[in-house]
This record gives sequence, C-alpha cells and structure tokens, in this order.
Amino acid sequence: MALTGVGADTPQFVGFDNFVHIFRDGEFLNSLRVSLTYLVFSALIGQAGLGLLLALLMRRRNIVFKSILGAIIVAAWVIPDVVAGFVWSAFLAGGPQSVLDPGLLNTIFSTFGLPRHAWLQEAPMTMVVIANIWRGTAFSMLLYASALESIPQELLEASSIDGANIWASLRYIILPLIRGAIGTDLLLITLATLSDFTLVYVLTAGSNVNTELMTIYQYRQAFQFYQIGYGSAIALLIIAAGAILSLIYTRILRVDL
Amino acid sequence: MVRRALISTLMYIFLTVLGLFFLVPLLWPVLASINPSATLAVKWPDHPSLANYTTILTNGVVIPPFTNSAIMAISTMLLVVILSGLAAYPLSRFQFRFKNALMLGVLFASALPILALVTPLYAMYVSLNLVDTLQGVILFFVASGLPFSIWLMKNFLDSVPYELEEAAWIDGASTFTALIRVVLPICAPGISVVAVWSFLGAWTNFFVPLILLQSQELEPASVNIYTFFGSYGQVNYGQLAAYAMLYALPAVALYTLVSRFFVKGISGGLKG
Repeated sequence: MALTGVGADTPQFVGFDNFVHIFRDGEFLNSLRVSLTYLVFSALIGQAGLGLLLALLMRRRNIVFKSILGAIIVAAWVIPDVVAGFVWSAFLAGGPQSVLDPGLLNTIFSTFGLPRHAWLQEAPMTMVVIANIWRGTAFSMLLYASALESIPQELLEASSIDGANIWASLRYIILPLIRGAIGTDLLLITLATLSDFTLVYVLTAGSNVNTELMTIYQYRQAFQFYQIGYGSAIALLIIAAGAILSLIYTRILRVDL
Repeated sequence: MVRRALISTLMYIFLTVLGLFFLVPLLWPVLASINPSATLAVKWPDHPSLANYTTILTNGVVIPPFTNSAIMAISTMLLVVILSGLAAYPLSRFQFRFKNALMLGVLFASALPILALVTPLYAMYVSLNLVDTLQGVILFFVASGLPFSIWLMKNFLDSVPYELEEAAWIDGASTFTALIRVVLPICAPGISVVAVWSFLGAWTNFFVPLILLQSQELEPASVNIYTFFGSYGQVNYGQLAAYAMLYALPAVALYTLVSRFFVKGISGGLKG
C-alpha cells in the first residue's frame, strides 16, 4: 500500500514516487531528526542510563525504602499513555501569559521567586524528553535489577579483595555480566520509543514542529492531508529504522536473542 | 566507618530526590480527583469528596467508553493467549521443516515497531470494511501482539520438561488431558504474563483506535478521555482527573497482580 497515490479506496500504482519524494521532503527529514533525538536522549541515555543507575543504587538499601521507591517509579510506567500526557500537561501548565492556573512546577518556581515559564512552548523537546524519561525508566530499572540479582555476591567480594574499586568492578564484572540484559533493554525501549505517539501528541497537541515525531508526521500526512500512500511509506521507513537498529544492537552487544 | 555511613546517607538523599521527581507529577491527578473545584494547581482540597467520581459514573459519560475498552482488551487477551498457546506448543515440542526459519520470522516480527503499521493497514481495512468496527481494532491488536507473545509462550513452554508430559501419557492421560492437567498449571505464571501484557497493550493504546474508529459510540476510554478533555469550553479538571484515575486503575491493579513474574518473563522471553 506504500506504493500507491492519493486515496485509500481507489489505489493507483505510482512506483517508488513516494519514497523518492520522502527523501526530498524537508518536513520528513525534520521528523526523522526529531525521532532520533527523542530516541537517543529520552530512551537510550535517559531511561536506560537512569534505570541502570537506580538498579545499582537500590541494591542493599533498606527494604521498605526500596519497595516504596520502586512502587512510585513503576506507577509512572503502568499508567496509560494518555494519563501520563495529562499528568505532565498539568505539571507543566501555566506560563507567564497563560490564563490557566499555574501547574506545580511553576508554583514551585514562584515560591522561590523565580519567573514562571510556558515550558511546553519554550522548550518543547526538553520537556517531552524529560516526560518520557519519567515514564519509561521503570522498565529498564526492573530489567537491570533482575539481571543484577543473578550476579553472585562472591564475585564482587573477590574483586574488592583484589583491590578493585567501584568503577573497576562495574566496568570489568557487572557490565559484562549483564550485557544480555542491556541488549534486551535497548532493543525493547528502542521499539517502544520509535512507535511512541501518544505522550508527545497529548503534551504538545501534535502541533509543534520541534517535537513532530515520525509517527505524528505520518499520522498528519495520512489522516489530516489524506495522503494515505505517503503516510504508509513513512510508516514503512519507521519499521525499517526499527529493524536496522535491532540488528545493530544485537551485533554490537553480541547477544543471541 | 564514618566515610561509609556518609556515602550511605548521601545515596539515600540522592535516591529520595529521584523518588520525588517520579512522585511529584503524580500528585495532581490524585488530589484533583477528590477536589470538586479542582484546577491545574496542586493543593489539598478544601472539601475532599468523591463527588467527581460519582458524577462521571452516574451521568453516563464514562460507562460506554469503558465498556468498549473492556471488550477490546478482553477479546484481545483471550485471542492472543489461545493463538499464541496453539502456535507455541508445536514450536516448543516438535521438530519439523522450516521450524528455524519460522522462529526467526516470529522473532524478527517482534523486533519491529509494529504499531506504526496501522497507517498502511488502514487502506486494507477500508476495502475489507473493517474500519470503524471494534473487530477491526481487536484484529490489529491481536496481530501486533502475537509475535512477541508466541516467543514468550514458547520460552515458558520450553521450561516445562517433556518428560512430565510423557509420564502423564504413560499414566493413561490423553494429549489433551496432559496439557490441561500438567503443562497448564506449571505454565500459569507465563500465561498470566502474556495475558496481562496483551490486555494492557489493548487497554492503554490510543493511536490505533484513534485512527481506525470514527464513531463516537465506539470510542474506548483512551480516545474518549482525550476528547473529553478538549470538548468542553471550560474543562472540569476534577472530573478529568477522576476519569484518568479510574482509567489507570485496571492497569495498575493487573500489573501488581503479575509483577512477580513480569520482568523475569519478559527478559527471559527474549533471551530464549
């Protein structure tokens, strides 16, 4: 279907015109850049990095503390996408000119005598990245925590007797042992982030060119401008991007899936 | 010793700050939903009450979308569990030609952002008359959830020793009885992971019903809550928050139910 022109009911064969057109389409290239930025900062760096950090730090903490902290982080992850979008809209609401009541973040800012900001207009990309880190970190954290549990305590003790500091045991023992979990995690969060639509759509009402992900762009092309064929071509490119990235991860980390 | 205690204290402080980052945005829906005159500001309600909940439950706004969501999520769950079980059993137990190619195909399909396929499928759905029907949405959810579920299910079945089934056969059980009485109970955690995973996928999805459904009476809660937010001039934030809480409740409850097996299942499933 990606090879047809306008109109879903009466497809016409247009060859590779859609694909030729895509790579000259500035808006598509913009959405590709947005999607990759979103993927790298919110998922690969944010979720995976923060998730690993949390999993490492939460070992050997007080059990009650750990359960409460874990439950809070997981709550952000299990609530539906749309709800997460509302939660963040409310949290960031109310700029200096806004008629709405200030959200919590701006209230906190005013309390400390700082100026209020219209966060989602002034720094949309940063805000959706932070929102997605908030939303998705739990998954990476749970995966890493379960992988860390399987590392025998003796290995770490032996290394510390041999004089390894924290960084050395992280670099030479922990990370190599959880390589498989890292591969699985990167793969799954990449797929989830590439096909993400709702959180950004709800937060920015889909209208901000700075945060127009490929999924949002294909949606607008297909269902607002009725270019179903063109939208489908973009969808296939999203799939292709997912396939390529999956292959790269499995090669680099040498994990068998 | 002092240094160690200091590091430990610093870590608790750091983790508490991180915890606040995750907790603070969640305060608004909780507090606003029990505040009849809620705004976007976060504050303890002057007169906390459940009025928002009773209003939206009794004025007929949320029941139809919740019913639609439940129909879609439960059908998706049942179909995915049955189909992935049927597909995974032979993949786990028998040797046959092209089995490896088949497994790789399933694996490859589960490593794709399949949800993006809904646009290409839309054109197909138009010619099949599946647009704007709940069946169409359910079919899409089932199709997009199956590859990963088959893979998970196969790995859960692999962990059940074949000898157990053989022993049951020798004791006179039929293939079917052995499946129900022996394999199923051992696999129950795995099956519950697949079931919850597919239920939540359908319950929380916004993108697919947004595209495939046009009639308002078919809208599931995910789409309805979004239009609910936009359709009134003056948004009733208290009711919106109550709606969001009710909509999130099954997701939180179901996850809590299977959380013990969940992560092990998902990560173990992929490692295969």
